[in-house]
Amino acid sequence: MQRPAIEPTKRWQKSSRTFGIYLLMTGIALFTLFPILFMLVTAIKADESQILREMSTFAAFLPTGELSLQNFRDVFERVPFAQYLINSVIIALSIVICGLFVNSLIAYALARMQFRGQKLLLAIVVALIIIPFQAVAVPLLLIVNQLPWFDGRMTWLDSYHVQIIPFIADAFSIFLFYQFFLNIPKDIEEAALVDGASRFRMYSQIIVPLSRPVFATVAILQFLTHWGDFLWPLMVVRDPAVRPLTVGMQAFFGQMPRQWGDIMAFATMVTLPVLIIFLLFQKWFVQSVASSGVKG
Amino acid sequence: MAISKSQTASAKPTTSRPMLSWKRREQRVAWAFVAPALLLLLIFLIAPFGLAFYLSLTDQRLVPNPNLPTRFVGLKHYLAMWQDATFVRALLNNFLFVAVVVPVQTSFALFLAVLVNQKIKAINFFRTIYFIPVVTIMAIVAVVWTFLYNPDQGIINKFIQTISFGQLGPYRWLEDPKLAFPAIMLMSIWQGVGFQMVIYLAGLQEIPGELYEAAQLDGASAWQQFRFVTLPQLRNTSIFVVISTTIMAFKLFDQVEIMTKGGPNDATVTAMLHIVNSGFRTQKVGYASALSVVFFIIVLLISLGQRIFTRSER
Repeated sequence: MQRPAIEPTKRWQKSSRTFGIYLLMTGIALFTLFPILFMLVTAIKADESQILREMSTFAAFLPTGELSLQNFRDVFERVPFAQYLINSVIIALSIVICGLFVNSLIAYALARMQFRGQKLLLAIVVALIIIPFQAVAVPLLLIVNQLPWFDGRMTWLDSYHVQIIPFIADAFSIFLFYQFFLNIPKDIEEAALVDGASRFRMYSQIIVPLSRPVFATVAILQFLTHWGDFLWPLMVVRDPAVRPLTVGMQAFFGQMPRQWGDIMAFATMVTLPVLIIFLLFQKWFVQSVASSGVKG
Repeated sequence: MAISKSQTASAKPTTSRPMLSWKRREQRVAWAFVAPALLLLLIFLIAPFGLAFYLSLTDQRLVPNPNLPTRFVGLKHYLAMWQDATFVRALLNNFLFVAVVVPVQTSFALFLAVLVNQKIKAINFFRTIYFIPVVTIMAIVAVVWTFLYNPDQGIINKFIQTISFGQLGPYRWLEDPKLAFPAIMLMSIWQGVGFQMVIYLAGLQEIPGELYEAAQLDGASAWQQFRFVTLPQLRNTSIFVVISTTIMAFKLFDQVEIMTKGGPNDATVTAMLHIVNSGFRTQKVGYASALSVVFFIIVLLISLGQRIFTRSER
C-alpha cells in the first residue's frame, strides 16, 4: 500500500496517469458511440439535403438546422413499421417464453429425476450445443417448406410459427438450466417428496422460484440472439404481414432513392427501445453475458 | 428414500409393489418432462442435421420438379465445390476474417476489460457505454455503417483525411475489393467487442487478490503482474473467447448480406452467404447441403480444439 505522505512529483505523476486513463477511455467511448449518435442526430433532421451536406462535418453529430419528427412519420407512411415491430416482438417473446418453460422442464428431469436413457440424453444435449443453426438452415428450409399446419396449409413458409417453433428448444439453454439445478440443495425437494408432492409441483413451486437468476440469463441470451434474427426470416418470409424488423429494414434500405433521414429514423426506432431496456436492467444483461462464458 | 428403505425391510411383500409403481410413475413423468424439448430438437435440429448429410449426396432442389426426379449423385458435390471459385474464395475470406478479427478483437476486449476493472470514479459509466453496441441489431447497424462508409462524403473518409492532413483518402470503402472486407471487419469488431469484454471482466474478477499481493511483495511491476498473474489465470477464459469468436467468424452473414452482398467481385463473400445463395436463391439444396456439411465439420474441429486445450490445463 501507498505511504500516507506522497511526494509532490509522485502525486503529479499519479494524477497525470489518471488523466491519461480517462482520456483513453473517453476516446474509446467516442469510437463506441459515434455511429449511434450519428444515427440519432440524423433521424431528427428534417431536411435531407442538409443531412447530405453535413454528413462529412462535425455538424453530423450536432442537432443543427430544422429539427422535427417528420422522418419518423415518413417511415410509418412508407412501410408498415408498426406491423414489423409487433412481428418482431411477438416472435422474440414467444421464443423466450416457450423456451424458458420447455428447456427448464427437460433440464429438471435431467438434473433431478431417474429414468432410463438419462445419461445418454444428457450426452446428446451437450453434443447438440456444437451444431450451429447455420449448418442446418438449408435442410430445415426444405422440411418447413413441406410441413402441414392446423389451418390446412401444407407449408410453414410465411408465418409466425416458422420463425418461432424451430428455436424454442435450445441445447445451450438446457445446459445452463441443468447446471444451475444441480447446485440447488436437494433437502427441500426431499421433504416435499415425503409429503407426496408431485414432480410438477416440486418443479414449479420449489425449483422455479429458486432459479430466477438462470431464468433471467436464458431469457436475455435468447432475446439478444433472436430479436435480431435475419438469416432465417430472409429465407422463410415474404409476406410483410409476418416480416420482422430486420428483413423490413433490408427492404426499406433497398428502396431507391434512399432517404437517409428516414432510414436513420427506422434504425433509431429499432435500437432505442432495446437500449433503454438495457440501461434499466444493465446488471442482468451483463451477468447473463458473463455467465455464457463459463461453459466448457 | 431413507423412509421407504426401512419400510421395505420391515414388510417386504406389501410395499415392494408401491415402490415399483412409484418408480414406473417417475419414469413416465420424467419422459413427459423431457418430451416437448426432445421432440422439438429432433424435428428442428437433429432431423435437418441428418438430412444435410443425405441431401449432400443427391441433386435435391428446393421445389421438387415432378419431371426431374431427385437422383443420387454420390460425392459429386464434395468434389465439385473445390472447383467452385466462389466457395474457395468464401472459405479463404472466412479464414482471413479469423486471422485478423480474432487476435484484434480478443486483445482489444481484454484491454477494455482490464481498463474497466480499475476501481476509479465513473467506471460503471464507461462499462455501460462499451457494452452498448452488443444490444444493437447487426442488420440495422450495418445499414448505419454503410452511410458512415459513404465513398465520397462519409464521415470516416473525412476523419481519415483530416488526421492525415489530406494525404489519405477519400476511399471507396465498400466498393473497393481491397477495402470492403477490412471495412466489414472494423464494424464487426465495433459491434462484438463488448460481449467479450464482459466475459473477460468476469474472468478478471475471479482472480484471487492474494496472487497480486504476493506478486507485489516480490516487487513485480504492473506489466509483470499482468504477464505472470493475470494472463495465466485467464487461460480458460481466453480459450473460450478465442474459440467462440472464431466460430462467430465462420457464421459471418448479416453484415455482408446488407453491406456488400459478397461483392465487389466476391471480395466479401463468406461460406454462409454462399450456402444461402446456393440453397435458397438458386435452390440447389443438394449442393448447399454439401457446403453445410463442410461448414459443420470446420466448426466441429474448432470446438474440439477448445476441449483439447481446456482439458490439457487440468
